[in-house]
Amino acid sequence: MIKFQNLTKLYPPKCVALDNVSFEIKPKEFVCVVGRSGAGKTTLLKMLIAAEKPTSGKIFFAEKDVSSIKSGELPLLRREIGVVFQDYRLLQNKTVAENVSYVMEIMGRTESEIRKSLPNILEIVGLEEKMNNFPPQLSGGEQQRVAIARAIAHRPSVILADEPTGNLDPYNTKEIVRLLKKVHELGTTVVLATHDKEVVNCLQERVVTLEEGKVIRDEEKGRFII
Amino acid sequence: MLTSFKRIIRFGWKNFKRNPGSSSAAVFILVIVISMITGLYLLQRPVEYLVETIEEKVDVSLYFKEEASEAEMLVLTEQLESIPEVQDVTYVSKDDALCVFKERHEQDPLLMESLEELGINPFLASLSIKAADPENYKGIIEFVEGGEHSSLIEKIDYYKKEPILQKLFSINDQVNRFGIGFSVILGIVAFLVALNQIQISLKNSKEEINTMKIVGASDWFIKGPFIVQGAVIGTMAALISVLLFFGGLSVFNSRIEASIPGLDMLGFFSNHFILILLIQLVTGIGVGVSASLIAIRKYLKV
Repeated sequence: MIKFQNLTKLYPPKCVALDNVSFEIKPKEFVCVVGRSGAGKTTLLKMLIAAEKPTSGKIFFAEKDVSSIKSGELPLLRREIGVVFQDYRLLQNKTVAENVSYVMEIMGRTESEIRKSLPNILEIVGLEEKMNNFPPQLSGGEQQRVAIARAIAHRPSVILADEPTGNLDPYNTKEIVRLLKKVHELGTTVVLATHDKEVVNCLQERVVTLEEGKVIRDEEKGRFII
Repeated sequence: MLTSFKRIIRFGWKNFKRNPGSSSAAVFILVIVISMITGLYLLQRPVEYLVETIEEKVDVSLYFKEEASEAEMLVLTEQLESIPEVQDVTYVSKDDALCVFKERHEQDPLLMESLEELGINPFLASLSIKAADPENYKGIIEFVEGGEHSSLIEKIDYYKKEPILQKLFSINDQVNRFGIGFSVILGIVAFLVALNQIQISLKNSKEEINTMKIVGASDWFIKGPFIVQGAVIGTMAALISVLLFFGGLSVFNSRIEASIPGLDMLGFFSNHFILILLIQLVTGIGVGVSASLIAIRKYLKV
């Protein structure tokens, strides 16, 4: 489903963010990409949504070469992928319901379709009661749950989560991990980039470890070892 | 397509409503800009009015020699009346001129006595010529001087009035040129100020635009609401400006008329209401939308 092929990313003058990275992600897999800060996790995820271009190498998503995608095709690619960020990146002037509906509106879903699916999505993340609140009126954990709701609203085949628990306390971290597992169980491929040892170890899923831009370990049911 | 269009309009309106601080600041800036441009347009009227009033008072008198017969004078009058550039020709006979003089100076016994002692009518018959446009006087005078009746003419007072007329043309010309030049400069300044204000309000949206792109929104789905927001800001500013001018002129019109009798600015405003509103809407929406578009363009490169 996703294939990174000899991927290298250099930032001038001498910073190597990724160094000849190659691995594949199968459909419905749960993959943790782990490593220290600056190991290249975020760069890798950014390349998958074509927010960064590789210096060399290729990235395939559903057989399509993302590294040479035209700008007009970008929105279509990104609608196939749900993204969750460490800093939530919610639209501050939109309510919870509007933030979640936004992606469905982009996709051209009708108002009645949106009205029908919105309560179900908010129920999954437990925010039915706060649908009319604005992001600044929510806690960090709640904001991250809105971000997850937004990421799954249009039922993408892949969810990329970049340090989604980085700003959260242990209780909320557990909650977010539970949600990601639930999304995975519903049949979505999940790629989780994190440096949270406990999260990785409790998941017991495939772990790809990056160090200084290189893949140093790739284990099924792996653990966080650096 | 229609659904997306409706959503873009709804998002734009909500953006405007939910950012009262930056929206009001942008509306305020645009009200100033629109008011300055409207003020410049309205200012033309008193200048035009003053020039028109002076022009109305300007005429050229042509004096006949003593020996010119009334029949010859009337032929020339008819000839002049047939020229389209001539608005009006008034024949003043020797007797009429004497009557006018006596009426005007009847309170001055010394002048009256002197006139009686003279024993003759010293005044010359004349034609008072009024041109449709003061710029035509020169051509009309050339026509008279080059014509068959030139030998009947004693003097023409055009040459005494020519410098005044030239000055009037030059003032009119300068006011028009200044108006156009000032409008262009004001337009550029206005645009830059509005662009700066809208850029400030969009600065906070930089991250959000980035997020919209990452979740798969097309450029138009992102740009659209900002364009609508710019248009709403422009429309609001135009409506506020038109109300301000209407209110201001309603209050001060009587004072303006007292200072410059016959100048009805409220009447001018009401008669040109559609054009003024159109100028204001075009300025407001034009500046609002283009400033939004320019400001957002650099944030779209994600």
